[in-house]
Amino acid sequence: MSQRPVTCTKTDCTAPSCAPDCAPSAPATGLVQLRRGGGTSRRSILQAAAGGVAAAVAAPACNTPEFEAYFQKHYKKLTDEEKVKVFARLEEKTRQKTGVRVRIGDPPPIEGVHFAYALNLSHCNGNRRCAEACARENNLPDEPEMRYIRVLELDNGSQHLERGTVYYDREKVPAPGKFYLPVQCHQCDNAPCVKACPTGATWKENDGIVVVDYDWCIGCRYCQAACPYHARRFNWVEPKIEPSRINPHQAYLSNRIRQMGVVEKCTFCLQRTRRGMYPACYEVCPTGARKFGDLSDPESEVRQIVENKRVWILKEDLGTEPRFFYFYG
Amino acid sequence: MIRYVVYWARMVACVLKGGRLYYTWMGSLLVLILLGAWSYSHDVVDGLIRTNMTDEVSWGIGIANFVFCVGLAASALLLIVPAYVYKRHDAKEVVLFGELLAVVAVVLCLLFIITDIGRPERLWHLFPGIGKLNWPSSMLAWDVVVYTGYLIINLHIPGYLLYKQYLRQKPNPYFYLPFVFISMFWAVTHYTVTGFLLSGLGGRPFWASPILAPRFLVSVGCTAPAVLLIILTVVRRHTHFKVQESVFDYLKKVLRFSAPLNLFLLGCELFSQFYSGARTPAAHYLWVGLNGKHGLNPLIWTALALNLATTLVWITPKFRKSHRVVIAAAALTMLGIWLEKGVGLVIPAFIPTPLGEVVEYWPNLGEILVSVGLAALGAFVFTAIAKVTIAIQTGTLAVHGGEDSPRVPAAPGSVPGGDRAPVSFPPGSDRPPASVRTPESEGVA
Repeated sequence: MSQRPVTCTKTDCTAPSCAPDCAPSAPATGLVQLRRGGGTSRRSILQAAAGGVAAAVAAPACNTPEFEAYFQKHYKKLTDEEKVKVFARLEEKTRQKTGVRVRIGDPPPIEGVHFAYALNLSHCNGNRRCAEACARENNLPDEPEMRYIRVLELDNGSQHLERGTVYYDREKVPAPGKFYLPVQCHQCDNAPCVKACPTGATWKENDGIVVVDYDWCIGCRYCQAACPYHARRFNWVEPKIEPSRINPHQAYLSNRIRQMGVVEKCTFCLQRTRRGMYPACYEVCPTGARKFGDLSDPESEVRQIVENKRVWILKEDLGTEPRFFYFYG
Repeated sequence: MIRYVVYWARMVACVLKGGRLYYTWMGSLLVLILLGAWSYSHDVVDGLIRTNMTDEVSWGIGIANFVFCVGLAASALLLIVPAYVYKRHDAKEVVLFGELLAVVAVVLCLLFIITDIGRPERLWHLFPGIGKLNWPSSMLAWDVVVYTGYLIINLHIPGYLLYKQYLRQKPNPYFYLPFVFISMFWAVTHYTVTGFLLSGLGGRPFWASPILAPRFLVSVGCTAPAVLLIILTVVRRHTHFKVQESVFDYLKKVLRFSAPLNLFLLGCELFSQFYSGARTPAAHYLWVGLNGKHGLNPLIWTALALNLATTLVWITPKFRKSHRVVIAAAALTMLGIWLEKGVGLVIPAFIPTPLGEVVEYWPNLGEILVSVGLAALGAFVFTAIAKVTIAIQTGTLAVHGGEDSPRVPAAPGSVPGGDRAPVSFPPGSDRPPASVRTPESEGVA
């Protein structure tokens, strides 16, 4: 698989690495500033936070983290100092539970960038590596299995969804007379899930990514009922991931370890894409069916596709205005 | 203040005192409540994985029951309109039962939601100020606002009237009449918002029907009179409280209109879903099955049969006269609506998923225990407050003594609601002539 430069990034980041597991070495380069931060660099704050964690562990105040977690404010109301504390607490929690030292960052949306996805249905052969790479990158549990990406196997010449299946044998693809339709969160501009959420725990960021504050979600699942793309997942049980499979490079609004009883979804791997890398599903795809980039950059591949190919969107009649385009090319 | 504390203490004492039948009833309910609580405690510890819900069918019997309970809350509206708009004395005598049932129904609605969500301890996130209520965008936020308001109004009116009656004082109409009229409009909002909660989701074509809210309102007109018929029959049989036959006639009259109308609207829905041949997979799954899966077919056809049969009862004068038939029909009406507008309205919307997967759902024992436990809790609370209400309304619980009430010829020491109540009135027979007049019925109407 060749490494393609990301056209969307406005930052001088390093090129994306090919495998999702080794990719997140880039975040440590410290190219991202805190959202509302003043002159402090993210790295120094994180270093300070690390010191804070050490102090917190040494201190005998056992009940404080639970108390703080319970009364934690909505992400948008957290100050930068509070964020540092929250991230440190969450990192420590993961360390205690799994023994893995993870780093939770908070890359902000890159100004002027509007992410979009395009998927070439002529090329997709339903191998489902995207779903697996996504699971590894985003710390999705295997038991019970949770996947953000569903790939439907449909009869040629029909979009009769009920006649399709997601339970096909991935070793025997492409099956004759079939085509494959991968579906994940469409990051709708007019997102029904965002409208539905009673607590404002899910919202659309400036770069177009719909995110969830897992610490604010009450788990009512109204967003799941509202989503026309079946893109949201609920943690019916405390998610368990083998420590060796945990991706330690995490972001607060995306792939950090989730909790029981909250909803989660695809975030276009914002922990990667906001740092100039491609999403895991894009990188792993062996067919080149997946295209990703900045819609507001006239030179970007995805923009070229949307302008020049005959693209279509799923369930256009619902007026959700997705950032996810399909095309045949 | 002390007087108010004493009032509460006496109410609690009234609830704790009763006959063998009363204790048996409350005891059985308590067992069911504890079983439900036991089952729910496992959900809290292990997660909702214990239920049969999945990412495909992410709302199950809990939300179905919630939708059904919204219908029960209509009982207040059903009695307030004749009592206060048409100033019917017979309705005014029993209007408090309607309002208190509405309170219990709204509390049950909230409990069905709370036991269904993944993080009930985070409910404070909904409170404006400390939390973040996504109003007016989210229909669920509207629901929260409307339910809380409806609960407060329906707590205030009976609470005020009962306390005044306990004090043997005339209630001040300015303190409750405005709320009575607000509650009428509020009630309609209450059902409409719940209808919109479902029909506002474009991604669920099964719900996205403009007549969902009207259908909802009409079926509410079936469940509320049906449950009131049962409750008022029990009250008349086992207590000294007098319920006039005309109230029963009124409730049956409501059913005479709402039951056929409910069927008519169902027919309209079915026509538009099936005649054109357009793809309506959820409706197909519900009524005839999809991809060889038929899980809900028996249920919805039973619902249709029940609704047809009970409608026949309500529109046939001969059947309506028999009290036994009426009670049986009321119970079956409730069951029919629960199947049609509860389970049959909520669950098929998730089958198939928006991506066409047909994953079936049927509640497991744990979910049923939680649901039954909550229903038992509702019955328990309602019995308790109805007992207090009857004691206050009949004058056995009042600020001065009370047991030797001058208003009602109650047998000394007898407690309404208990099986020691010496008189039981067979349906249609003569009852004691003294009708219990509430102060507000004398003072205001």
